[in-house]
Amino acid sequence: MRTNDVILQTTTKVVFFIIFLFAIHIFFAGHYTPGGGFVGGLLTTGALVLLLLAFDLKTVQKALPFNFVIVIGIGLLLALGTAAGSILFNVPFFTHAFDDFTLPLFGETSLHTAMLFDAGVYLVVVGSAMTIIQSIGGDA
Amino acid sequence: MEFVLLIFLPIVAALFIPFLFKRMKRIHTGWFVLAVPLVLFLYYATYIPSTMDGGHAISELQWIPSLGISFVSYIDGLSLLFSLLITGIGSLVVLYSIFYLDKNKEKLGNFYVYLLLFMSAMLGVVQSDNVISLYLFWELTSISSFLLIGYWYTRDRSRFGALKSMMITVFGGLMMLGGFVLLGIMGDTYSIRELIASAPDFVGHDYFTLALVLLLLGAFTKSAQFPFYIWLPDAMEAPTPVSAYLHSATMVKAGLYLVARFTPIFAFSEVWVWLVTGIGLLTLFWGSLFAVKQTDLKAILAFSTVSQLGLIMSLLGAGAITFHSDDAVFKFAMFAAIFHLINHATFKGSLFMIAGIVDHETGTRDIRKLGGLMSIMPVSFSVAFIGSMSMAGLPPFNGFLSKEMFLQSMVAIRQFELFQFDTWGILFPVIAWIASVFTFVYSFYFVFRTFAGKRKEGQLPQEPHEAPVGMLVSPIILGVLVVGIFFIPNLVAKWLIKPAVAAIQPNLYSQPGDIDIHVAAWHGFKSVELWLTVGVIIVGALLFISLSKWQKVYGLQPAKFSLNALYDGMMSFSEKGMNRISRFYMTGLIRTYMIYIFAFISVAVLVILFTQDAFVVDMDSFAHIGVYSVINAVILLLAVCFVLLSKTRLAAIIALGAVGYSVALFFVIFKAPDLALTQLVIETVSVALFLLAFKHLPALKDHGETVKTKMTNGIVAIGVGITVTLVALSAHSQKLIPSIAQYYKDTVKTEAGGGNIVNVILVDYRGFDTLFEIAVLSIAGIGVLGMIKLRLGRKENSDENK
Repeated sequence: MRTNDVILQTTTKVVFFIIFLFAIHIFFAGHYTPGGGFVGGLLTTGALVLLLLAFDLKTVQKALPFNFVIVIGIGLLLALGTAAGSILFNVPFFTHAFDDFTLPLFGETSLHTAMLFDAGVYLVVVGSAMTIIQSIGGDA
Repeated sequence: MEFVLLIFLPIVAALFIPFLFKRMKRIHTGWFVLAVPLVLFLYYATYIPSTMDGGHAISELQWIPSLGISFVSYIDGLSLLFSLLITGIGSLVVLYSIFYLDKNKEKLGNFYVYLLLFMSAMLGVVQSDNVISLYLFWELTSISSFLLIGYWYTRDRSRFGALKSMMITVFGGLMMLGGFVLLGIMGDTYSIRELIASAPDFVGHDYFTLALVLLLLGAFTKSAQFPFYIWLPDAMEAPTPVSAYLHSATMVKAGLYLVARFTPIFAFSEVWVWLVTGIGLLTLFWGSLFAVKQTDLKAILAFSTVSQLGLIMSLLGAGAITFHSDDAVFKFAMFAAIFHLINHATFKGSLFMIAGIVDHETGTRDIRKLGGLMSIMPVSFSVAFIGSMSMAGLPPFNGFLSKEMFLQSMVAIRQFELFQFDTWGILFPVIAWIASVFTFVYSFYFVFRTFAGKRKEGQLPQEPHEAPVGMLVSPIILGVLVVGIFFIPNLVAKWLIKPAVAAIQPNLYSQPGDIDIHVAAWHGFKSVELWLTVGVIIVGALLFISLSKWQKVYGLQPAKFSLNALYDGMMSFSEKGMNRISRFYMTGLIRTYMIYIFAFISVAVLVILFTQDAFVVDMDSFAHIGVYSVINAVILLLAVCFVLLSKTRLAAIIALGAVGYSVALFFVIFKAPDLALTQLVIETVSVALFLLAFKHLPALKDHGETVKTKMTNGIVAIGVGITVTLVALSAHSQKLIPSIAQYYKDTVKTEAGGGNIVNVILVDYRGFDTLFEIAVLSIAGIGVLGMIKLRLGRKENSDENK
């Protein structure tokens, strides 16, 4: 069926990484500039969908052997765990903590537990969207 | 130690049961379970010395302090007595069940989990001082009873019985909750102790009688009083250890406990005295009358339990008279109630276990097939004989003592001069006496039709033989108690009964030592109750001998006019009616549901918008409309029209994408980068998704829409569109509350440590929203997966629904 999409496939191989890295960037930038876990997740999904369009479902599954249902689970656990973790420090549910740290390579960096929560959101978005897309696309 | 936690010990133990059942196949799971009630029994027994002196113990565990709801374990004479019954009979029943339920055939994991759940719930009911947590435990007993009755869930009768018991007892429980709430409003507290303290102020309150009736509905349904008793005979489908435990010794006594516990609050009311005494006596009579009709051993015991519960209930009602009269003759009733409660637990428990043994060893409980087992099962017969004679009220068994006190109390009611008892009072001893005669008859019927007479060869499914020793231990212990209590009644009174009575009647006694009741088997020839008992024996014996001649009379009652028929009728009526109502609006078409949803939204919102004068349009607050906005809006409208009018699906998908992108452009124009970004990505992904699924979609064709359906769709669509537009305009123009934006601006750096307010709102300020949103997203994802996988599965296996 797919005979003449060499151009698409070749571009995709490059573009996928550009989109993916941009998604990661947007995810991390989220707390200060536009972006965040939700958009980052969607953008990643977009990159994956591009892969799906250029190659077929089986090839993509072989290249990225994730079970996206489990990705959903990890994301939910991460989000809920971050929110619930505050209970351990005897502060109300969902209290975030943040501070500035000096890290090697990055220098002065602000670390925030909201980022962990956002990572959960990111994973759930990618997981859910990919689960839906894979099941609909794979239903042949 | 915080002994309130002990209430939860059985539930905690239940967590380990499935594991033990799976891993320790060789040891019967019951042996592990046995430790729980045994330890609790020994622990609670250490409280006896302190309650004997009128002391009490309190332990509290906060639950929802802001609403005044907590778990409070309040141990006084009354709750201690019940706790000992629950754990004591519980131990015996678990021991019995080890031999009754086969470890290889039965799902013991389920059974013991339910049983332990029940134990916790029941301990919670009798120890809770907080009415809300009492209600919680109360319903938990109903649920665990439901699970236990339905234990053999493959049987139709089990499921029917389980549902019936739950419908009736949960109904009563809900009524009781209403009563509790009213009490809470009247007394401004949920604590029973505090309610009792302010009880005299409640009399004459608007809610007083209503609360009383609601509470009694709860008690009467649970304790199987007339006319709610019908669930108890059907509950006999449960395994026999369950019947012995829940449906004779403990759970059905929760209603009695409730009445006893709330006596100091409600006893001031005439309605209370009449209802509790009257319904109790009616139940006593009714149950004993119909016990003789039954042919199933456990059914006889079920009706006898109903009847005996009525007896105790009527005594509790008669005991409430002491709140109106100081006459010493009324003081016996409450004492007799508690005394009979203990006695009933002992003899009825042993009788149920014997019924179970007969069933286990012969394969049937049908009394018409049984007979002549005396020589084969001598031990079982002895225990059954002791239990039955005690139930019939004969010496030298404990039932005799409490039965005499019961008759004495009923005779005394005639002397009560308030509330028209002076005219109607004579009915009480008469009905009590007739009921006692029938009690005598069914007791004899139970024991002698099973064990005496000729053996009916070939009618039994199994060759009968005596039960194994382990199974006999529990009934024998109870049988020994039945005889033992007869000889040491005053010791039992001192340890258990008097502390309980003092807890129910704080108006009479400040401590258990004040109760000057001495139990004696012999009151001399002048006592009325002696001659009443003699009368019962003579008439009862005559009736028993001639039983086969008059038992047919019961056949005269047409099945149509029974309470069971009423229940069945109500159930099937409500089921059919509900079905009809649902069928009426549930058409199975998504279009119909969408119309309901959207029509409701627009009508409801528009009506509220205009009736509440919420519709305001403030032209000045709108942003400047630039040339880009106008162009973008035109593109948007064109794209929408294109979606509606396109003939192919591909064109529609692309046009829909255009709609989304132009909305994203609006976000850009109005400087919302986060929204624009998200909208753009979502549009991209969804268009790509459409393309991916494109080849699976059917061709866009006419679905047989008529002009009429198109009109409806159009009206609904326009309605929703107008609604949303108007709401959006008003929402923007209304400034009832100052905007929260400033707060976000001020705190985003300092409190949240972020810079992008939109994102900080998502992950921090309104993190809960996001948490639940991603939960919904996950459910949606897994739902789509499930739906598609299920559909695939059905293709392969098309007869799944058959």
